[in-house]
Amino acid sequence: MKDTLLCDVLVVGGGNAALCAALSAREQKASVILIESAPREWRGGNSSHTRNLRCMHNAPTDVLTDAYTEDEYFQDVFRVTGGETNEEMARYVIRETASCTDWMKAHGVRFQPSLGGTLHLGRTNAFFLGGGKALVNAYFKAAEKAGVQILYETQAQTLNFANGECESVEAVCKGRKIRINARSVVIASGGFESNREWLEEAWGPSARNFIIRGTRFNEGVMLRELMRNNACIIGDPTQGHAVAIDARSPRYDGGIVTRVDCVSLGIVVNKEGRRFYDEGEDFWPKRYAIWGRLVAGQPDQIAYCIIDSKAIGHFMPSVFKSIVADTIPALAEKLGLPVDTVQETVAQFNAAVVAGNFDHNKLDDCHTQGLQPNKSHWARKIDQGPFYAYPLATGITFTYMGVKVTREARVVMQDDVVSKNVFAAGEIMAGNILSKGYVAGFGMAIGTVFGRIAGKEAAKHATA
Amino acid sequence: MQQLEKLIEDARHSVGICNSCRYCEGFCAVFPAMEQRLDFTKGDINYLANLCHNCSECYYACQYAPPHEFNVNLPVQLAAVRQTTYQSYAWPRGIARGFEKSGLLSSLFFMLALIVLLGVATLFSNGLSSAPAGDFYAIFPHGVLVTVFGLAALWVVTALIMGFRAFLKDTGEKPGELLSWKNVKEGMADAFSLKYLHGNVKTGCTYPDDEISPWRRRFHHFTFYGFMLCFAATVSGTIFHYVFGWQAPYNFFSLPKLTGTIGGISLAIGTAGQFWLKRKADPAIVNIRQMGMDYAFIAQLFLAAVTGLALMVFRETPALATLLVIHLAVILSLFITMPFGKFVHGLYRLGALIKYAKEKPLH
Repeated sequence: MKDTLLCDVLVVGGGNAALCAALSAREQKASVILIESAPREWRGGNSSHTRNLRCMHNAPTDVLTDAYTEDEYFQDVFRVTGGETNEEMARYVIRETASCTDWMKAHGVRFQPSLGGTLHLGRTNAFFLGGGKALVNAYFKAAEKAGVQILYETQAQTLNFANGECESVEAVCKGRKIRINARSVVIASGGFESNREWLEEAWGPSARNFIIRGTRFNEGVMLRELMRNNACIIGDPTQGHAVAIDARSPRYDGGIVTRVDCVSLGIVVNKEGRRFYDEGEDFWPKRYAIWGRLVAGQPDQIAYCIIDSKAIGHFMPSVFKSIVADTIPALAEKLGLPVDTVQETVAQFNAAVVAGNFDHNKLDDCHTQGLQPNKSHWARKIDQGPFYAYPLATGITFTYMGVKVTREARVVMQDDVVSKNVFAAGEIMAGNILSKGYVAGFGMAIGTVFGRIAGKEAAKHATA
Repeated sequence: MQQLEKLIEDARHSVGICNSCRYCEGFCAVFPAMEQRLDFTKGDINYLANLCHNCSECYYACQYAPPHEFNVNLPVQLAAVRQTTYQSYAWPRGIARGFEKSGLLSSLFFMLALIVLLGVATLFSNGLSSAPAGDFYAIFPHGVLVTVFGLAALWVVTALIMGFRAFLKDTGEKPGELLSWKNVKEGMADAFSLKYLHGNVKTGCTYPDDEISPWRRRFHHFTFYGFMLCFAATVSGTIFHYVFGWQAPYNFFSLPKLTGTIGGISLAIGTAGQFWLKRKADPAIVNIRQMGMDYAFIAQLFLAAVTGLALMVFRETPALATLLVIHLAVILSLFITMPFGKFVHGLYRLGALIKYAKEKPLH
């Protein structure tokens, strides 16, 4: 390979947004190079761990039931973000999702028939057959066939800007330095959540114990480069999706199977054996989205969810076996927790439980009285052995801090100057739409919509 | 035995991960069957192993496939288990080892059949060259053929029934409960259409590599339906002979001839195609220990088709006797080795699909 490559559009990244951009740029007849920092077997970034795309539709389609209107979709996003949503941008993405599934199918993505499988989401979300890695595989195949030049193990390192335009990109391809001169550049290289030093800068030393749920390749090199070149940065580095996952998960790429959802069915203690938050405050999505931060605030960023036999069968099986013991002291012993404190915590909790009608499907009246903190729903005595425990750690799914863009996906520089030839799509610009919380399938919606726009606009600029 | 436990444990580990992930549930029957269970007995794993068609879609789609440390490779792991089930279900027990030496045994039985049939032919006629053109029975008296192949058929049917009983017992099924008309009908429909080599959404499957292709299913259809047509040719010939008293040879447009010709061509195309796909298959998705068994079966079927067609084309020539002996030797060795060769995959796959029809949730 030559040391200098030329193309109309350079796409930095290898996930959903990058691939949508590359394919869309090829549709405009631009010559396209896509560089993916991961080797082929780890390609696709966090998209490989996704499963579906939240999709607006006014009538049933082959992959979605019933209807899901723009307003309802927007309300769902607005609610989970606690209002931290840019309405104009969000509605723009939502409207654009209406045409996504046909385009995706045309590029080889397959969907589950709307009647199969996970029924309750069949109305709002289109499920990829086989999940996100199958989608990524389909897009890479389509990109190869369309003539996109794909370079694996190639990490962009330097963006050379002059007069608000990126003139060239320096990268390392399998250990060798190369330079790519592209008329337009699309940055779709994800967030920076795999960069532990950066996380530590933002969160302090506690970040060392965080588990990264997705790819190890999202190091934020391009975000740093955009900062260095005076792009307008939005959000702060602690914003993101932090959930409580099984502490035994691998450091990276644990994905979906590391989730544990039994917090509401028992109590959660820290390594000192004490409770620290209301386990029965709310339902799954909201509960899931706050417990990562709660665990991050505890000593050594670890906690233990303790349940008794009554809870078994009420939650999704976890990939890790629960830790089991016949008595609470024996369980505390196994977990390496101070036995007396745990025993005391459980005894106090049991004594404070006010009996009610247990119903896990609503905010029921089972609660505790006089505890600090109380458990406000689903509180039942932990008294039927054997007892089970799951260790919990903070799992980072993605980060929100990113670069400001226009509706044409053009990167906005400081002083609100719009870059002519640098575009951004996916996780690196998702903060333009929302900056807190998360709703299933919205990340893929943003990536697909802005990936397509970025690719098209980049090609138009390059071939004009 | 330790080896077997290890294979089951590997598969169980992966199945546990699949059951918390469930991204693949749209691909085939294996995943919905998994989702109905929280714990997996050895019989459950064996059932899933036989339900798996080895299309490999789930491997390519898997976020936990190697090099991920979870090391999930269901097609390979279930194939390895599947092969052990063939051995453990085999009847009589002694033939179980045969699955590991399919190529050798097929060749040996072919040679043996060749020698025996040559001897028989010499006994009943005056050597292979003197047979009158076109007349099989001048070489092998009809009664001899019926006796030899009748015994072979009896062996195959008995061994397969006993094997199927072992499958039912292992997977916790009773014939009376499982084999209802509804279950059998649904299971057969899924099996005979190869629904799960479609990727469940009629796109084909990722075999022999990550490109989605309809050819695995097509070649299997050529093979299976070709085989069935050849079988129909034999059955219709038998009926012609016994029921109507019509003596072979029959003319080209007769039922035995037409089905035999089309079936033979189809079987040859199907087996050649499957051989070609297998040769190209991505090493990541094949269970290497099983390849001998697969190739032996494919070769036997291909030879059966080609020698049968050759026999038909050259039956009016002096080559008739030689070709007849070779063809019958191929068929005889095919029958004899059926209960300890790849043929059994169809039986247990069908059994698993019938079980799936019984258990599957109503949509």
